[in-house]
Amino acid sequence: MAETALTDHGEPAARAAGWRGIAADWSSDQRAFKNVSWGKAMMWIFLLSDTFIFSCFLLSYMTARMSTTVPWPNPSEVFALNIGGTHIPLILIAIMTFILISSSGTMAMAVNFGYRRDRVKTATLMLVTAAFGATFVGMQAFEWTKLIMEGVRPWENPWGAAQFGSSFFMITGFHGTHVTIGVIFLIAIARKVWRGDFDVERRGFFTSRKGHYEIVEITGLYWHFVDLVWVFIFAFFYLW
Amino acid sequence: MVDVPYEATVDVPPAEVADVELYHPKSWWTQYVFSQDAKVIAIQYSLTATAIGLVALVLSWLMRLQLGFPGTFSFIDANQYLQFITMHGMIMVIYLLTALFLGGFGNYLIPLMVGARDMVFPYVNMLSYWVYLLAVIVLASAFFVPGGPTGAGWTLYPPQAILSGTPGQDWGIILMLSSLILFIIGFTMGGLNYVVTVLQARTRGMTLMRLPLTVWGIFTATVMALLAFPALFVASVMMLFDRVLGTSFFMPALVEMGQQMKYGGGSPILFQHLFWFFGHPEVYIVALPAFGIVSDLISTHARKNIFGYRMMVWAIVAIGALSFIVWAHHMYVSGMHPHFGFFFATTTLIIAIPTAIKVYNWVLTLWRGDIHLTVPMLFALGFIITFVNGGLTGLFLGNVVVDVPLSDTMFVVAHFHMVMGVAPIMVVLGAIYHWYPKVTGRMLNEALGKLHFWVTFLGAYLIFFPMHYLGLLGVPRRYHDIGEAAFLTPSVHTLNAFMSVVALIVGLAQILFLFNLVWSLFKGKASGGNPWRATTLEWQTPETPPGHGNWGKELPVVYRWAYDYSVPGAPEDFIPQNQPPARRTAQGAAT
Repeated sequence: MAETALTDHGEPAARAAGWRGIAADWSSDQRAFKNVSWGKAMMWIFLLSDTFIFSCFLLSYMTARMSTTVPWPNPSEVFALNIGGTHIPLILIAIMTFILISSSGTMAMAVNFGYRRDRVKTATLMLVTAAFGATFVGMQAFEWTKLIMEGVRPWENPWGAAQFGSSFFMITGFHGTHVTIGVIFLIAIARKVWRGDFDVERRGFFTSRKGHYEIVEITGLYWHFVDLVWVFIFAFFYLW
Repeated sequence: MVDVPYEATVDVPPAEVADVELYHPKSWWTQYVFSQDAKVIAIQYSLTATAIGLVALVLSWLMRLQLGFPGTFSFIDANQYLQFITMHGMIMVIYLLTALFLGGFGNYLIPLMVGARDMVFPYVNMLSYWVYLLAVIVLASAFFVPGGPTGAGWTLYPPQAILSGTPGQDWGIILMLSSLILFIIGFTMGGLNYVVTVLQARTRGMTLMRLPLTVWGIFTATVMALLAFPALFVASVMMLFDRVLGTSFFMPALVEMGQQMKYGGGSPILFQHLFWFFGHPEVYIVALPAFGIVSDLISTHARKNIFGYRMMVWAIVAIGALSFIVWAHHMYVSGMHPHFGFFFATTTLIIAIPTAIKVYNWVLTLWRGDIHLTVPMLFALGFIITFVNGGLTGLFLGNVVVDVPLSDTMFVVAHFHMVMGVAPIMVVLGAIYHWYPKVTGRMLNEALGKLHFWVTFLGAYLIFFPMHYLGLLGVPRRYHDIGEAAFLTPSVHTLNAFMSVVALIVGLAQILFLFNLVWSLFKGKASGGNPWRATTLEWQTPETPPGHGNWGKELPVVYRWAYDYSVPGAPEDFIPQNQPPARRTAQGAAT
């Protein structure tokens, strides 16, 4: 495959450490990132761009929250649940966060087994990750339903600043879309792993390129990123 | 003096990137329509951008007719005038210039100039074009919906952009925002390709510091676009919600037609920050590819190596980085804290340093060069003049105290048309004259080209130079009819009429240029592979126009930088990048 790093099986590249090493890589021939495939480089750069999108969303939300003249609803109360007669603040969000972070663990294991070419374990772990992701989106749907039943709308809510509902639906919606795309991505790649596409170097339907087990890691990069973004949303929206 | 040490790499380095397996088209459809070949995608991008650009050209005619002869054309009312300025601005900045420089020139030139067979992910690259086409169709469809396109001005400032006093409030604004979101999605798919191709798919010997400046300009602009467009994306999504769902991200409490609106608590200034965090880098997203291309045009047609190559590269990178911390100089009159004005004025003026380095280096490249006044060279020279002119008025507008009285006058319009309208368009035209032979195998007609240049260059000057004077008198921008006022001297009206007549002539010259493009495709004289005797890799392809995969069997190997023109002792006045060095003579006069 074109993206294979040929120097992997050449002589080990002796490279300077630290800044000198970075400068040497960037001023070197053919590739700025040595032994990084095209797909992986592209995913990293995409994630950098996506970081700017989420930063803009979060900064806009913070601006709205800091400049509002009406009280901001207290997230601990809004997102509390009554379970067995006990009033537990933020419990649903805590569970959702736990699930999403666990899914990062199973994803990392899938990447590991992918490089060991363990088809079954890789595909299974990817499907477990996808299941965690789907659970997360399901719980988010439950949360949305609950808030909508309580009268929260993008343009108003019973407790205070209208921007609370607007920001909530927009940011969690945008993040939830990312998780959903990730789940679809995971299932599609898991299917290819399961079928053994990367062992027989079957060509892609659209691109006619041979696939690679590295795609599992690239999927993982995206998944960990979506996870990391959630940590920031959790900190800035729910805990603030 | 060559500051890239090519002698050290006489031995060819091992290939780190294996040759790509290309997608081989199986039918006419996959070869010419749903093509994954970057060269075909580039032509598709260019043709679409030109088509929508023609719409913007016609809109500018209509605006000029109204301004030059107010009251004469009953079919242009105030609402339509606002719709024309909005669509003209948005099309020119985003759908024409950004798409043409990055999607058009980027797709065509990056793989050829870095010695790759194609972009790294051709399928994603193809999707990029089709999403762009969809964005253009959504944008253009605004002309046919009830209420017409939005008239909010290209900056789309809320709250007015979504209030009922603004034309296009029904559908226009929704289509505009949707189109922008689509454009950004499409651009991201292409942009990731351009960046990864430059970083990871260069041919043997092509280090970053041997890249032609064209690639440096397009590459840096693409990185900037990937980081700046997110802000516009977020702003568009939020304003779309304000308009469609009734959220109040940007909408303060308002009374409209005596009615208290349901909005409240939003911040219009937040939109301005988001918009200009995109909008200012956007200026350089358009300018940096122009800087890069013009460097190559000047060097090639003056038969001289570019002066200070490393400084040119670092200036491009520095301008790209600095442009992210100057955005609020567009907001001096928005009521933000004066300390911000101080900060942003300082950063704005700092950008003048790397920009001035570039201008000096272009002039020093010309100095004692063997200047061939070919059509591309004429356009390159035209660029330097209009760009310096626009840059100098930028010093006026970058300073808070000078900007405040000039804000929202024709002076601003004259400034940005000079610096990011006329100047990059000069480069686009020059670049088309320069690379047309590579794309088609035929030369553009030179007589028509020279006529086109002189009419465009002198005409653009005659339009925009007097406009500065109108602005200094206080003529406001975005007014359908300035009417009569004490500060408006009779010469204002005379000049307005004069500028309108010239604008019609300049527009006709562009039609002449389009005719030249089509005519030369069939009747132009055959160009051969390297008509300009240029050094860069795209002129060294085995076939012209380059075939699928660009390079035939073997990828080229690069031994030197892109600017070996008029090297003393060399048999020709140019040495292609892929020509191996001769054995060194005693005192290092190797070629």
